[in-house]
Amino acid sequence: MTPLDYEYLRKLLKDRSGLDLSADKQYLVESRLVPLARKAGLAGIPELVQKMKGGAEPLISDVVEAMTTNETFFFRDKIPFDHLKEAVLPKLAQARAARRSLRIWCAAASTGQEPYSIAMCIKEATALFSGWRIEIVGTDLSNEVLQKSRSGLYSQFEVQRGLPIQMLVKYFTQTGELWQLNADIRGMVQYRQLNLLNDFSQLGTFDIIFCRNVLIYFDQDTKANIFGRLSKMLEPDGVLALGAAESVVGITNTFRPYPDRRGLYQPNTGAAPVARAGLSPVAMRAVASAAR
Amino acid sequence: MRTCLVVDDSSVIRKVARRILEGLDFQIVEAEDGEKALEVCKRGLPDAVLLDWNMPVMDGYEFLGNLRRMPGGDVPKVVFCTTENDVAHIARALHAGANEYIMKPFDKDIVTAKFQEVGLI
Repeated sequence: MTPLDYEYLRKLLKDRSGLDLSADKQYLVESRLVPLARKAGLAGIPELVQKMKGGAEPLISDVVEAMTTNETFFFRDKIPFDHLKEAVLPKLAQARAARRSLRIWCAAASTGQEPYSIAMCIKEATALFSGWRIEIVGTDLSNEVLQKSRSGLYSQFEVQRGLPIQMLVKYFTQTGELWQLNADIRGMVQYRQLNLLNDFSQLGTFDIIFCRNVLIYFDQDTKANIFGRLSKMLEPDGVLALGAAESVVGITNTFRPYPDRRGLYQPNTGAAPVARAGLSPVAMRAVASAAR
Repeated sequence: MRTCLVVDDSSVIRKVARRILEGLDFQIVEAEDGEKALEVCKRGLPDAVLLDWNMPVMDGYEFLGNLRRMPGGDVPKVVFCTTENDVAHIARALHAGANEYIMKPFDKDIVTAKFQEVGLI
């Protein structure tokens, strides 16, 4: 891959998905795009780039998907789900007792393990939520991963990463070499394709938003813009969960840490308002510069 | 340092498991069947057992029953690690007192995740 090819891919990925690849990520590009090039009958990345420059839109979509799809597993990092079970769900069960409904958004659902982990947590808390209307929305940029999510089918390797064996037996059915989540858990989650760079206000408001391990790929201005718009999507007492390596500190004042629960945040109701609609990365940078 | 008893009739599997578990700071004791594993446990109970199902002399299921009946035998965390990958075997193992279950083939991430799940890491 020539430096020019890499620059072309960096710019395209930034514009299409917000993915902000640093100059030293050639290995990542090669590991993900060489197999894709071969699958398309091309010799390597230079030929792939040439074809993309010629306007091969399906191929461009495949490249964006390949670069933005991240490995995930059930109950990833464990701690956010412990927080959910121990603090967030009991508190919201009390706060929403009159309404008897909860809306939860997984903003980077990938292959579905995160929304389904949340669904299983809620199912386990039947005493709290019996008869409630629970709506879990899983969104991702990639249509391919959403298709897999909807099927609820996972390999033996996938069900062994993070999923306690008791939950495998309780919530999955073995189908040949694969394991499928039972229909009641699958039915708790709806999936939609969504690019976080675009306006997402049409999804409505939520009680809990999981937005983990996706904003790390965006630059600071894009992160600030997304945080601002996420804060408008949460109920005032709602909760945002970020990845273990992510934080709002130094990026936005629209969220404040949830007391004693690392990785969780709540809307900062006193923060300055931000634009509700999504912006292009270029426009977002301009807005951020003007504000400084 | 915590101890893990690796019970498998395959020396290759024992070697792979040893390498993974030593990387997780466990001291390893090996046994090639359930009977030898039981002798090890009579001398001193380990913190964890990584246990194959199908072995000559005494299989993993029978070993687990014997272990759980020993004084203090309910303490070690037992993680099955087997090619018996169907729900019936998993349910039987859990009923007999297994804490977790690994379906072969496995890798370091799976062993780590399962040992974390039962509080060994």
